[in-house]
Amino acid sequence: MIGLSHYLIFSTVLFGIGIFGMLSRRNAIAVLMSVELMLNAVNVNFVAINRFVTSGQAAGQLFSIFVIVVAAAEVSVGLALIISIYRHRKSVDLNNFDLLKW
Amino acid sequence: MEISLLGTEILLATLGFLALVTGLLPGRAKSITGSMSLAGLLLILVYTIAHFGEEASLFQGIYLVDNFAAYFKMLFLTATLLVSLGAGRYLERFENKKSEFYSLMVFATLGMVIMASAGDFITLYVGLELMTVSFYILTAFLLRDGLSTEAGLKYLVLGAASSAILLFGISLVMAYTGTTVIGATAARLMTEPAVVAGIVLLAAGFAFKISVIPFHMWTPDIYQGAPTPVTNYLSVASKAAAFAAMVRVFMVAVDAAPGLTLSWNLILAILAALTIIVGNLIALVQEDIKRLLAYSSIAQAGYILAGLAAANAYGLKGVLFYALLYVFCNTGAFIIATAVEVDSGSTAIEAFRGLSKRSPALAAIMTICLLSLAGIPPLAGFVGKFYLFAGAIQQGYLWLALIGLIMSMVSVYYYLNVSRVMYIEKAGKQEPVKGSGAFRLALWVCALAAIFLGCYPAPLSNLAQQAIQLFL
Repeated sequence: MIGLSHYLIFSTVLFGIGIFGMLSRRNAIAVLMSVELMLNAVNVNFVAINRFVTSGQAAGQLFSIFVIVVAAAEVSVGLALIISIYRHRKSVDLNNFDLLKW
Repeated sequence: MEISLLGTEILLATLGFLALVTGLLPGRAKSITGSMSLAGLLLILVYTIAHFGEEASLFQGIYLVDNFAAYFKMLFLTATLLVSLGAGRYLERFENKKSEFYSLMVFATLGMVIMASAGDFITLYVGLELMTVSFYILTAFLLRDGLSTEAGLKYLVLGAASSAILLFGISLVMAYTGTTVIGATAARLMTEPAVVAGIVLLAAGFAFKISVIPFHMWTPDIYQGAPTPVTNYLSVASKAAAFAAMVRVFMVAVDAAPGLTLSWNLILAILAALTIIVGNLIALVQEDIKRLLAYSSIAQAGYILAGLAAANAYGLKGVLFYALLYVFCNTGAFIIATAVEVDSGSTAIEAFRGLSKRSPALAAIMTICLLSLAGIPPLAGFVGKFYLFAGAIQQGYLWLALIGLIMSMVSVYYYLNVSRVMYIEKAGKQEPVKGSGAFRLALWVCALAAIFLGCYPAPLSNLAQQAIQLFL
């Protein structure tokens, strides 16, 4: 029988993969995708919580919908920034963004 | 439900959209955006002060109107007003995008206001994101400047990751408590590994926003790259907002939980000590005024965190008191740094050479603000640190107060180094630094507040006492 803990373990693994990708990838788009993976791990948690803990009320699903909407806003700002940087430097490689001491 | 309870929020949202719309007016008519936004912010500030003392819990505890939230709302609005007034001639760099600048500032303020009032994690998250997404855009506002866009992208990547960490913490806590209302969480928290992990992740998410060591790496880069008024706003208001939310979450949910044995005070105290030490030490070697103020702001966050770690009447009062005086002192320093940057085109500390000859008033106010940040009596910073450290000692963290005291003395070195450059070194130029009337007004408000709050702290201290009453 699959329960809440299975989902929590699955989402923790997913979250870890997201963090690893964010830290190891050098392409700005890939980094944004890794952050999305982290947010989706959170969404898995909330949907599982809705099924196993708070069944009857929609708090978990509501939260995950908010997360999806806000993540969309965040990514649209992020992509706009990447395009504007690309126009100047002809690169989306984070290693080339070294004007500021990291 | 009384609609006037949400007056601040409704008026701020209206003002934000109005600023966007007036930006579309043709020709010179659009220049009313600035004065309209300032007048609007002033009115909203007056409205918020007039409604101090109202208590209500709206939508089954999702949104709280209380003294604590009202205090922080006043703080955010004061900061927005001072930063917008003090930006002065720097705004010319924004060319035809001034209305967007004001609008985004107002929306960021709205996000902070929502964070301070949030009684539930969903509301908290939405307010936090409204604030941070506005800040991503504001940080990258100078699109032709490589530094600014780079800072914007770095802030976005790290900010989004920190939100994800915060959310993961919330989801773990919710998995065991089954509720998102902060007030209802306390009774159901228990000592489970997953709950403890959730609380630690929550703390890490907040620590990122207030740039506590070891989550501070983004701060100097983003502070240096962002337009200077935005840096100013980021350093005072967004930190205060994160503190407001953090104090509420930790005092209402974690501290009051009967089933949870977790020495969260000690964790925060160790983080605060680390932050104070490392922030002050790295600030010693900085040669850029924005980076210097960035590391100084990290150290200041450490002092405030010490008050939260103490979690008693003195400590919490210190958090609120210090957050407000930090707005005045740091904004004063940043306004002058902005004016010098516009004048010389450089953000190096060297650019301050001979400022005492060129503009004696500016040099004097800069010195007052920096000394207040260092905590020299009779300026406001001393009183704030007194409350914070008194709280820490009362709670048994004598070592924390000692570290804070020693590192405050160390900080005098780098604050006074700026004064040394201003007063002793010779200037290249002789003419005074130019500034508008609004710029001077903001500056004098900051300087007088730094002196007045230091000599006569009682009124503000009483206000802070009323605001924290609900946690004691």
